[in-house]
Amino acid sequence: MGRKITIEPVTRVEGHGKVTILLDDSGNVSQSRFHIVEFRGFERFVQGRPYWEMPVLTQRLCGICPVSHHLAAAKATDVIVGAGTGEGLTPTGEKMRRLMHYGQMFQSHSLHFFHLASPDLLFGIDADPAIRNVIGVAMKHKDLAVQGVMMRKFGQEIIRATAGKKIHGTGAIPGGINKNLSLKERDEFLKGADPLNIDKMIQWAQAALDFFKGYHSKNRSMIDNFAVFPSNHLSLVRKDGGLDLYHGVLRAVSPEGKKILNDVDYQDYYNHIGEEVRNWSYMKFPYIKSLGKKNGWYTVGPLARLNTCDFIPTPLAQKEFETYKAYTGGKPNNSTMHMHWARLIETLHAAEMIRELLLDKDLQGTKLTAKGAKLREGVGLIEAPRGTLFHHYKINDQDQVIMANLIVSTTNNNEPMNQAVAYVAKSEFTGKPEITEGMMNSVEVAIRAYDPCLSCATHAIGSMPLEMALCGPDGKIIDVKRKQG
Amino acid sequence: MNRNRVLVYGYGNPGRQDDGLGPACAERVDSERPPGVVTDSNYQLQVEDALAVSQCDTVIFVDASSTGVEPFSYTELEPSNETTFTTHAVSPSSVLALCRDMYGKSTRAYLLAIRGYGWEFGANLTPAAEKNLEEAHRFLKKKIHELTNAAPRRGPLRARNRSFATSLKIYC
Repeated sequence: MGRKITIEPVTRVEGHGKVTILLDDSGNVSQSRFHIVEFRGFERFVQGRPYWEMPVLTQRLCGICPVSHHLAAAKATDVIVGAGTGEGLTPTGEKMRRLMHYGQMFQSHSLHFFHLASPDLLFGIDADPAIRNVIGVAMKHKDLAVQGVMMRKFGQEIIRATAGKKIHGTGAIPGGINKNLSLKERDEFLKGADPLNIDKMIQWAQAALDFFKGYHSKNRSMIDNFAVFPSNHLSLVRKDGGLDLYHGVLRAVSPEGKKILNDVDYQDYYNHIGEEVRNWSYMKFPYIKSLGKKNGWYTVGPLARLNTCDFIPTPLAQKEFETYKAYTGGKPNNSTMHMHWARLIETLHAAEMIRELLLDKDLQGTKLTAKGAKLREGVGLIEAPRGTLFHHYKINDQDQVIMANLIVSTTNNNEPMNQAVAYVAKSEFTGKPEITEGMMNSVEVAIRAYDPCLSCATHAIGSMPLEMALCGPDGKIIDVKRKQG
Repeated sequence: MNRNRVLVYGYGNPGRQDDGLGPACAERVDSERPPGVVTDSNYQLQVEDALAVSQCDTVIFVDASSTGVEPFSYTELEPSNETTFTTHAVSPSSVLALCRDMYGKSTRAYLLAIRGYGWEFGANLTPAAEKNLEEAHRFLKKKIHELTNAAPRRGPLRARNRSFATSLKIYC
């Protein structure tokens, strides 16, 4: 008898997701799907609001990466106020935003590695879920857990100093920024008491990479062969091909490394990127138009960024990048678990960028904004921690938003996450008479590698149960397991 | 006079109607600046909050509740090792467990859960939630007064290691 397995929601993934695996009469996986409940209503919600509210308003989308929405919206509104498409800001305006962004990247990547990914690496995918979590790490590997907390705190303090506050920061405004960095603030980050200073953060970022590489050397088969599948990769890159997480041109490469989008201006993204609707998911499936819906899907995020860029413009991260690239002979890396490796290289890069920016006197400049001839439309792209984030607005004569289109990183990764689930489902579920915790967690590990942020804006108490249902071909539930969140 | 150090921590998304009850309550407390009290707020609790909690004697978490008691409930919390379903956000009891396991501190903790009704995009609380907030805030002021005037605990605060337990003293 055919069986349908549903895992809902996915643990340690933001928001509400559901995995459905359909087995045929022979016990083979006939179909797998990763469904996401996403609040698409936001684009309509902002219509009618003045454009200058977008950098603050869009932060309400997400409690995990509000800074990314803040900056992507600010970049789109820069275009509207005539401040150019990413290169027309004052040096102080641009560098303060970069500092904010690299602070966000540093704290977000640190959280992911130390508190979401490391339990799987430290305890193993099959370990008891009662210990395979952040508290288990705190109990058994206290130093690592404390390090993760302090790295995240350091990044949060950078955000507070640049965005003004933790919730609904106001630092970035159309055409620039509303404050510079005082010398006192700068010195706290440069010379703060141990461990809260940038030199210690760089040292810890290197140690985290060493930890991963050590684990990799002992577990090559699992890290190299878990959910490997060919994918196109897309991200911003600097005009000279260097890694740039704040601004650049749009580049996409094939699984073999051939350029599909060759450094195009993202103001025209809609000429290159389409969004497909499928009737079984709330979330769209973006694709590169020139390749069509079937073959044009792509991956975004750390793995994609290190596949598209030619080099990393900071010395320590560049050295790690060379080792990383050599591992695949210079070809694009399509191993899901190498996402963690790429993420840690970016963490080190972010820390190096923070130090470079802190030493830049432009952060104490007083010319904070720029503007020019007003336009009715603007697109802002940024490399958020989880991947490329698109914000696109059109306004009317009264400065009200009349059209908004947002493609968030997790939407860009919709098809790759489905591919990863399909890969794991086929290797783990085929012919198995029952579902073990290890099998369930294998699916979750594949999804977690993408660090998806599904829809986290509302979290009211009692709203996150974990449910796994086993259904027959007629949809009737054979068995169901539930845990309260 | 040595006062107990009390942290009032409101969490929730102020852009999602009544999900903003926690930050709104913390903001009210902050505007009154009662001695011995610090406030903080965020979209959700996170692992690093264990550090802030370890530095106070008592923490009162304030959150919105979609199904709880009207107008609010006030519950004492214990550390809990139970698995939560996201660590993009962690529960108050998990923050206490992290505080215990990472910093060896056992901070007295309470959860003030204010009943909300609307969760759509929007910056304003619903009228019914606003009313609940008024009552919860009045109650909280009294509690803060009691807590800050109580004698502080002496000596290092050690973990009591009562994992897996949850709290359950509801005062209203």
